[in-house]
Amino acid sequence: MTTATLDHAPVRARPAGFLADCIGIATRSIRAVPREIEFVVPALVVPVFFYTINIGALGPLAEANTGLDFKAFQLPVAIIFAVTGLSRASALVTDIQNGYFDRLLMTPIRRLSLLLGLMMADLVLITTLSIPVVIMGFIVGVRFETGPLGVLIFILMAGLWGLAFTGFPYAIALKTGNPAAVNTSFILFFPFAFLTTSFLPLDNLSGWLQTIARWNPVTYLLASMRSLLYGGWDFYDIGVGLLAIAIVGTVSMTLAFSALRGRLKRG
Amino acid sequence: MSIGLGAVADTAVRTEDLRRFFENTRAVDGVDLDVKTGEIYGFLGPNGAGKSTLVHVLCTLLLPTSGRAEVAGFDVAHDPVDVRLRIGVALQEASLDPAQSGIELLRLQGRLYGLTKEEVEERLKDLTRLIDIGPALGHRIKTYSGGMRRRLDLAAALVHNPQVLFLDEPTTGLDPASRVRVWDEVRRLNAEGITIFLTTQYLEEADALAHRVGIINEGHLIKEGTPTDLKRALGSDVIIARVEDGAERACNAVREVAGVDQVDVHGDELTVRALDGSAVLSPVAIALDGCGVRVRDLTLREPTLDDVFLELTGGHIQQEGTSDNGDA
Repeated sequence: MTTATLDHAPVRARPAGFLADCIGIATRSIRAVPREIEFVVPALVVPVFFYTINIGALGPLAEANTGLDFKAFQLPVAIIFAVTGLSRASALVTDIQNGYFDRLLMTPIRRLSLLLGLMMADLVLITTLSIPVVIMGFIVGVRFETGPLGVLIFILMAGLWGLAFTGFPYAIALKTGNPAAVNTSFILFFPFAFLTTSFLPLDNLSGWLQTIARWNPVTYLLASMRSLLYGGWDFYDIGVGLLAIAIVGTVSMTLAFSALRGRLKRG
Repeated sequence: MSIGLGAVADTAVRTEDLRRFFENTRAVDGVDLDVKTGEIYGFLGPNGAGKSTLVHVLCTLLLPTSGRAEVAGFDVAHDPVDVRLRIGVALQEASLDPAQSGIELLRLQGRLYGLTKEEVEERLKDLTRLIDIGPALGHRIKTYSGGMRRRLDLAAALVHNPQVLFLDEPTTGLDPASRVRVWDEVRRLNAEGITIFLTTQYLEEADALAHRVGIINEGHLIKEGTPTDLKRALGSDVIIARVEDGAERACNAVREVAGVDQVDVHGDELTVRALDGSAVLSPVAIALDGCGVRVRDLTLREPTLDDVFLELTGGHIQQEGTSDNGDA
């Protein structure tokens, strides 16, 4: 260390404000993403892999039996695969474990912004990662009947769905502070993504799977996203899709924010 | 209660009958503290004595189970944001994000304290000179050495010009040269008006830095005063004899020596107290020789804070396997 001294006169600490707190946390989180390439790669590879396999293996059969444009039918599924479970929850666990979370708690930051800032970052990332999947759809010939606005709403719905789902891994991260437990939140992805109309329309599903799919909110999300592709503007379907996102979001955010409250309990 | 952000309370840290219990542990049990603004207050105690828990309460990370605590004039339970605006904290383990660069971490820290961009950059100029990390400040923190992390942690604690700086065992794990540099820095910060609340298990550190020392053991504040007063209160010199075997026999023999006030045995070590140590040193050596005990070394010294602790609790501050050289 040198013999430099500190000038104490001009600086006065003050609360930064809720929005500034959220942006500070979100910016830090987004900046970290390119440094953790392992975080981004699965979100790009998994949807491309499944989309290619599904349209290659099942496409001719499905199209012959249902008359669907299977490439368009599968595009929302690829998006769901890309964005479901994508969050910075593992980074939050690292913060808890290495003490950086405590350092943040000792600043005047608003406590809610610790989570909302991360979610803001997630929304940006999820939306960004949806774009290559949509481009992949365009490359194989998928077109949106609802035009460019439909594309935007399609991506926005994917972003909102991804955001709604982030509450689960954050709840686990805050409750346990354990990276292994956060990784298990991926298991939640399977019933949401597979016990639904991922491969066939609802009417073509058999018995128990059809029953479960009727209760799965992803079924309605997929229906609304598909309507943007080949059904034209169907505001009822879009509304139901948004309602499904809202229901899942309410459950997951309730869990996440109550886990945050528990983590912040100083008693 | 409000004293205004710019105002400085006379008392930097005050606790009244402060208690913090965990399920089966009374980590802090009825502690009363009164640390004046501008002091370096050393909080000394062995591992697990309750030092870090008390710091966590004072830094608003934990609520007290009962009692009151005020920092910079604000209640830690009721006005935590007012407290946070006025304190800087470097905890025992440097609390840093290894994925960020040093400069990114400091900038974010400044923003969270509401500093403008210009204030942050101005402040960084001061701090980067102070911590002397050089170009590595732009590198990821995961590439930093332990000493660099500590210095960055200290810089992060200082970004917003705190009134009270909490340093929780700031030199644990550092080599002796780095420890001395931290000590110089602590003195310099204090000279610039920052009150420093320092916890340590190193006697030498408390002795060298603190204006006043509080000794904590098993959650209780057992003694408080200036290092000089605490040592002077013992009123005697100390002779340490390390023997190979027969410590009890040696103890009995030394007790018979004229001028010896007290003899304590801890393992193979005899602690002999005498008003005039130099006068009884030779008779003690003769007595040890006479009882057939082999002596490994015999030292006469002034009392240390460890002797104060020994007198108060019957044990040493430092744990087995640690030394005062910073080895843990």
